[in-house]
Amino acid sequence: MEKILQVKDLELSFHTYGGEVKAIRGVNFDLYKGETLAIVGESGSGKSVTTKSIMRLLPEESAEFKNGEILFGGRDLTKLSDKEMQKIRGKDISMIFQDPMTSLNPTMPVGRQITEPILKHQNINKDEAKKLAIDLLRLVGMPKPELRMKQYPHQFSGGQRQRIVIAIALACNPQILIADEPTTALDVTIQAQILELMKDLQKKIDTSIIFITHDLGVVANVADRVAVMYGGKIVEIGTVDEIFYNPQHPYTWGLLSSMPSMDAEDAKLYAIPGTPPDLLNPPKGDAFALRSEYAMKIDMEQPPPFFKVSDTHMAATWLLHPEAPAVEPPEMVIERMKKFPGSRYYEGSAN
Amino acid sequence: MARYIGKRLIYMFITLALIATFTFFLMKILPGSPIASADKLSPEQRAVVEARYGLDQPLPVQYFDYMFGLLKGDLGISINQFKGANVTDVILSRMGPSAQIGFQGMLLGTVLGILFGMVAALRQNTWVDYGSTIVAIIGISIPSFVFASMLQYWFGLKWDLFPVALWKDGFMSSVLPSIALAMFPLATAARFIRTEMIEVLGSDYITLAKAKGASGSEIAFKHAFRNALIPLITVLGPMAVSILTGSLVVEQIFAIPGIGEQFVKSIMVNDFSIIMGTTIFFSVFLIVVILIVDILYGVIDPRIRLSGGKN
Repeated sequence: MEKILQVKDLELSFHTYGGEVKAIRGVNFDLYKGETLAIVGESGSGKSVTTKSIMRLLPEESAEFKNGEILFGGRDLTKLSDKEMQKIRGKDISMIFQDPMTSLNPTMPVGRQITEPILKHQNINKDEAKKLAIDLLRLVGMPKPELRMKQYPHQFSGGQRQRIVIAIALACNPQILIADEPTTALDVTIQAQILELMKDLQKKIDTSIIFITHDLGVVANVADRVAVMYGGKIVEIGTVDEIFYNPQHPYTWGLLSSMPSMDAEDAKLYAIPGTPPDLLNPPKGDAFALRSEYAMKIDMEQPPPFFKVSDTHMAATWLLHPEAPAVEPPEMVIERMKKFPGSRYYEGSAN
Repeated sequence: MARYIGKRLIYMFITLALIATFTFFLMKILPGSPIASADKLSPEQRAVVEARYGLDQPLPVQYFDYMFGLLKGDLGISINQFKGANVTDVILSRMGPSAQIGFQGMLLGTVLGILFGMVAALRQNTWVDYGSTIVAIIGISIPSFVFASMLQYWFGLKWDLFPVALWKDGFMSSVLPSIALAMFPLATAARFIRTEMIEVLGSDYITLAKAKGASGSEIAFKHAFRNALIPLITVLGPMAVSILTGSLVVEQIFAIPGIGEQFVKSIMVNDFSIIMGTTIFFSVFLIVVILIVDILYGVIDPRIRLSGGKN
């Protein structure tokens, strides 16, 4: 498969009054053409910062690339000037934001907000851009698009506004669409509609999607591959099935265990103890060690390298080291692993 | 919209009636008489003068006479300051110079202020920003008479660019007073626009505009500016009224025969009908400007488009 974007050893810091916050501490991943890569993790794990750094949307005066590169179309995005980035933003890479209530300009008719990137990046006149915008609105399922072009954001519901934001993002058929928790601010029924719409559109325009979320239910629904982020690093990456049914990192175990399940009605919902690490003074070893009941001495001393689980699956935990003692994952995770061919708990097909 | 304006007009009428009533009785409570050298007149002479201006009538009669006159657009006649001249004529003749320097001052101040504020917000925490903040502080804290005197000294006396005072050379006479008046709106506009622009520039829709590939200037002018204007309009409206209706101090310093100067004199000589007339004139002006501001809100921000009740 064709790699469309490569993030290599990316390190990024914010300069604050308190000191240097190491928000991204060596992130590596590839994005393939046409796939959906979900990035999951709790607040502050660096998932939004990673994607915003791809778009170079972080404040220039406080955010600094310390190391690494972001390769797209043969160019390193971390090195481009703002002028050059302007030609990429909205055209080759575009973005959908979390809160549709605030992400549209309240004093500009939505039609103009949709035609803006079209006029900017495509060599066509206003009337053609308008027609294109109406088509886009129809594409995202907006009834009476001609009429709604002249209306303002406050005349639309939250779900409709997110459809408009999606229309804006897709206006120039981008190669990469970054969706930063696009359904978090929507109610559940609308969430499902928006997810369906995104999946549908992805097929139509053949774009790659980076989907940021902390909702594992959404991940299972949309993603081809999943990257789990913690403390500014990716701790585990693999296909959806690998992450859901053969997870290796204790943090992934914790995440999966804290998902509400239909089977365990009377059980108390699990929560990972402790708080995320302070990235002003990041821990020396495995950032999750202090919250993990599986932590070993080495976890406190050295950051774990990536261990290969399969061709598509990698996890950064010392538990995968040949000399590490075998540990039992939480029961709920074992239940999942039993269904995954290749995992050590596999019981064969159910029937 | 038409319905909304109609409703507002009715409210304006009620407001005006209340202001007129209140001012009328306040004036009557004030000690002193509008009749000059009243003490030297014999009771008979005094009675004649009082009868001439209707001051001999009982208070309620005077009140209703006045209010009915007002309905017909008759503000009465000046008792002593302009000796029998029609109050409306007096105000209109005095309004010209005040309105001219006021309008020029407002325009200059607001345009420069917005510019300063925008630049300061876009170059936040650089020397441009600090410079514009200093200008704003100076504009607000230095009283206009100090500023006016400095302008007179340098531009009038030293370099002889503009007339030092008096209202004789048309536009040239209006330049220095306009600049003196512009300082306050300039400082206010710069502060408001800076604060609001910084807030707007941090909002999600600006990030989205950036994510669309918009350039810095497109973001500032197409997306941020209009959203940053709203709070400024709120303060600019009433400020425009106070400046257009004449700044007493500036008119005094530049010896401009404006309405502010005339208003103060009328108070000193207790010219009842002039005081009433000018007060009502100011009130009408203020109320109309507030209506215009409210309509402007809707023009700028579609979320507050006005309608008479539910649509």
